[in-house]
Amino acid sequence: MKISREEVLRIAELAHLGLSPEEVDTYRGQLDGILNYIDKLKKIDISNIEPMAQVLHPSAGSDAHPELRGDTPRPCDIADAVLAAAPDAEKPFFRVPKVITR
Amino acid sequence: MSAATAWTVADVRAALLAKKISARELAAEFYGRIERRNPELNAFLTLSPERAYTQADRIDASVARGDDLPPLAGVPMAIKDVISTRGVRTTCASKILENYVPAYDATVVERLERAGAVLLGKTNCDEFAMGGSNENSAYGPVHNPAALDHVPGGSSGGSAAAVAAGLAVAALGTDTGGSIRQPCSFCGIPGLMPTYGRISRYGLVAFASSLDKIGPLAGNVADAATVMSVIAGHDENDSTSAAVDVPDYSSETQKPIQGLRIGIPEDYFAEGIDPEVKEKVQSGIALLERLGCKRIPLQMPHTDYAIAVYYIIATAEASSNLARYDGVRYGLRVPGGTLTEMYRNTRERGFGAEVKRRIMLGTYVLSSGYYDAYYLRAQSVRTLVARDFTDAFKKADVIVTPTAPTAAFALGEKTADPLQMYLADIYTVTGSLAGVPGISVPCGKNKAGLPIGMQIFGPHFAENRVLQVARAFEEARGSGS
Repeated sequence: MKISREEVLRIAELAHLGLSPEEVDTYRGQLDGILNYIDKLKKIDISNIEPMAQVLHPSAGSDAHPELRGDTPRPCDIADAVLAAAPDAEKPFFRVPKVITR
Repeated sequence: MSAATAWTVADVRAALLAKKISARELAAEFYGRIERRNPELNAFLTLSPERAYTQADRIDASVARGDDLPPLAGVPMAIKDVISTRGVRTTCASKILENYVPAYDATVVERLERAGAVLLGKTNCDEFAMGGSNENSAYGPVHNPAALDHVPGGSSGGSAAAVAAGLAVAALGTDTGGSIRQPCSFCGIPGLMPTYGRISRYGLVAFASSLDKIGPLAGNVADAATVMSVIAGHDENDSTSAAVDVPDYSSETQKPIQGLRIGIPEDYFAEGIDPEVKEKVQSGIALLERLGCKRIPLQMPHTDYAIAVYYIIATAEASSNLARYDGVRYGLRVPGGTLTEMYRNTRERGFGAEVKRRIMLGTYVLSSGYYDAYYLRAQSVRTLVARDFTDAFKKADVIVTPTAPTAAFALGEKTADPLQMYLADIYTVTGSLAGVPGISVPCGKNKAGLPIGMQIFGPHFAENRVLQVARAFEEARGSGS
């Protein structure tokens, strides 16, 4: 067994996911199957292999990939529309349940 | 299938110029089709008639003035519902975004409208583009127009079904592990996954950022090429979009394919492939040889590891990207006594089973103590999968494979076992991991009358070559079975 019920609950907490007891059991079994399958990667020797960190192909050239643009402010003007679509907003804030208690 | 006229981009242009139909009448014709067919197909989630008719009227005014018409003038199109549309609900087929209306347009949407396209509405898909059958939509599955009790494929199943059923001339989809190519294979139309970085993703709701691509689905390869010419190219709003020159795909696809070397990886025809799929794809390869291509047998030894790599990397990135759905800024909020309870309740109620499963898996492989064993190892094997492609393209100009191991399966057939569903992505995820372009093009039908697709991969930024081979193949094969 790759993953226990307790680990499923711990992962759900990390992911802020509420799960019913039935879901915990279902996911435990399914994740176990998937993790067992994924174990096939252990067969490969990766000692001299660089992990792939950039997908954009080097043939694009460094000029072709201008990650940095000028730090020039531009108008955006959608703040009102964004706040209007929020579940609970009071301009210019999003309102949430009380975070700090004393 | 209804006997509705199949419109191509060229047909629309000719009819508008000859004043046989107005853009407004054409849009109305397509909305009529949608009204008739969508109840059984469930391909569209939201229609945007106000926006479509405003655009159609603009095109009709251009026609009346005798202006030069832009390349997609009056062309009725559909947009997958993971791509943002200003003022038009964008749900990602999720309950968590049921009432989400974006405040801005994706760059691809803006470019399509600037090129004259008439956007009919938003198409159904697997929730957050996670799935290969469209059965993960919170709004019900899409039905395959070729057989209503079969899946259309996924995740861009609504876009594929809409085009295949004649409810749109072309559509946009997204492809992370096969989500354009596989539904196109199942529905019998061409669809292109471009090179990573070729098309701006500004306004695309992110699933797995190192894999997500937007691309066209169309009734024929030439139309897919026209859409590509409109949407490809650098965008200052997406730093992952490459500033690489965009060729005129339409003229590039006209070039003859004689003398091209087509690589055939034996690893893609091994166990697990349906015999009818194998036969049709091999006939397709034989046809390419008759057209003057040279067949090159290839080995791509890491193919068998691609699914494992993909489901680590894609879920890891998804778990991070989907952290933003917390009930604070947009979408669903389910109240809770504390902030954490609110997050948890919102996500429990808002996400469907597959999305939760992937968030769980992704969180697990990134969690403390497992990162090196899973995520880092997967990134290293990803290098090897990509290297298989680099090596292959030293010997071959394109690589030809099946798109999927089977034709469309029945609704409900694979939902009980997620791993079995994942394994069906075997031929598409390889190219996704490598970041190369690939197209699925119809190559026949099985005895049950279900379409089968052939996949053509090209080197990075060689969409022109992929489209060129696909178009020559389509033309030589004709529209038969």
